[in-house]
Amino acid sequence: MGYVIIGNSAAAIGCVEGIRRVDKEGEITLIASEKHHTYSRPLISYLLEGKTDLERMKYRPDSFYRDMGVDARLGVTVTALCPRERKVVCENGEEIPYDKLLVATGSAPFVPEIPGLERVEGKFTFLSLADAQALEAALTPESRVFILGAGLIGLKCAEGIAGRVKSVEIADLAPQILPSILDERAARRVQNHLERQGLRFHLGDTAARFEKGRAFLKSGGTVDFDILVVAVGVRPNVSLVKDAGGQAARGIVTDDTGLTTLPDVYAAGDCCESVDLTTGERRVLALLPNAYLQGECAGKNMAGLPARFDQAVAMNAMGLFGLHLITAGSCRGEALVQEDGGAYKAFFVEDGLLKGYILVGDCLENAGVYTALIRERTPLSTVDFGLLRERPQFLAFSREKRREMFA
Amino acid sequence: MKRVYVREEWCLGCHLCEYNCAFSNSGQDDMVKALKDKDIRPRIHVEDRADGVHFAVSCRHCGDALCLKSCIAGAISKRDGVVCIDRDKCVGCYTCVLVCPYGALRPSGDGPMEKCQLCLDSAAGEPACVRGCPNRAIVFEEKEGA
Repeated sequence: MGYVIIGNSAAAIGCVEGIRRVDKEGEITLIASEKHHTYSRPLISYLLEGKTDLERMKYRPDSFYRDMGVDARLGVTVTALCPRERKVVCENGEEIPYDKLLVATGSAPFVPEIPGLERVEGKFTFLSLADAQALEAALTPESRVFILGAGLIGLKCAEGIAGRVKSVEIADLAPQILPSILDERAARRVQNHLERQGLRFHLGDTAARFEKGRAFLKSGGTVDFDILVVAVGVRPNVSLVKDAGGQAARGIVTDDTGLTTLPDVYAAGDCCESVDLTTGERRVLALLPNAYLQGECAGKNMAGLPARFDQAVAMNAMGLFGLHLITAGSCRGEALVQEDGGAYKAFFVEDGLLKGYILVGDCLENAGVYTALIRERTPLSTVDFGLLRERPQFLAFSREKRREMFA
Repeated sequence: MKRVYVREEWCLGCHLCEYNCAFSNSGQDDMVKALKDKDIRPRIHVEDRADGVHFAVSCRHCGDALCLKSCIAGAISKRDGVVCIDRDKCVGCYTCVLVCPYGALRPSGDGPMEKCQLCLDSAAGEPACVRGCPNRAIVFEEKEGA
């Protein structure tokens, strides 16, 4: 069996590990545009902050490809996929045949069309190691940085560089920070913390046009900057599959084994959609754990072991200037909110099931107990949810359940 | 492989396992020096209820370990089946805390996460929590199908 994997991040590595749990012999060829050994993209902000380095941010050890029997073609871009001939074509003209293919092409930063933006010098995105290195090379202690987008990427970027520049201002069209993962009250709380670190926000606002070193905001204000980071979102890289006739909506469409609408072509990670367990809707869940699990599932299926990935849940854990937060699921149904000086907790309950939660501050311990309630669709009538809301603990489960877990 | 299992019906709620765990992972050879007046951070935790229910919980060393698969830094790996965390690689992002259904990972005092590694690096034979349990409520066993 000849496996080909396009990509070299979490989904691709998950696929390699999934294949090798089943098939120790088959040839695996891994092709990736980036020349680097597999590394963790979410760590680029930690790199700029000095909390990791190029060596430690490797996603797997140096011996990984050798240990796993992977022929890694790094620095090679695949330009076409030919499902009928079962081959991929590389930019250097080389054609590589496959029996089973995984497309794990990830996503690319979305850069909106804003008048004057194309002429802005010192303009960066923040997704890949190359992005981070280019940004780092431009930073000086005198830099005034303007970040478009107060989502996960924009805020982690702000944290990574805040100590190395003069100022950081952030704009977002949404009226709150982290609009995709936090409710309004939690967002306000985190924003207060970030403002105390010196970040300045322009919310419900965005750049309407740019002139040299100056952004004119929709609200009428201006922001002067030396460095602009565009972090308004990402778009799945669907073109290889789409151009070959495969179905793609926002992301590449797969079934729950990871198979696309093309025969023997699988897809996983940020380039494709999953069915959100809490809503039943298809969406792109561009999150590293999701990418790994999808890739691993696809790998097992590619090697002939039936597997399904039907537990996709939005989930995020992040720290910002020492304040940590964890969120999972979606904000559906009744909101149960508890708040004090040190912690903010919101639980979302619908049809007797936990659909989502938000934890900010000093209340993160054992949060995975909540995530498991969502993932396993545990009826809340079978646990002591009042006790669990105080803090996650196993006394809230039946003795039988505890025996199953720990005995 | 051998794992730690707990017998809830035998647990006295004495919390000795927590002290033995913290001592075993302290790297010191004197228990008093290691623990006295310290904020101890054991990797096994006892829950108690007023009506006499007590039990200890610790890492299950899952075959399909969600923490390992979800770690954004690639800092969690298996060594002979034991789920281990590389302190140098961990950036303390809490993703493992978010996914682990057993509450097995917690922050150390200085940033990186910590977890039970079955006393691989510290004790010979069996884990300290098992060795020190006065009522055999914590055992180290091979279980079929686990």
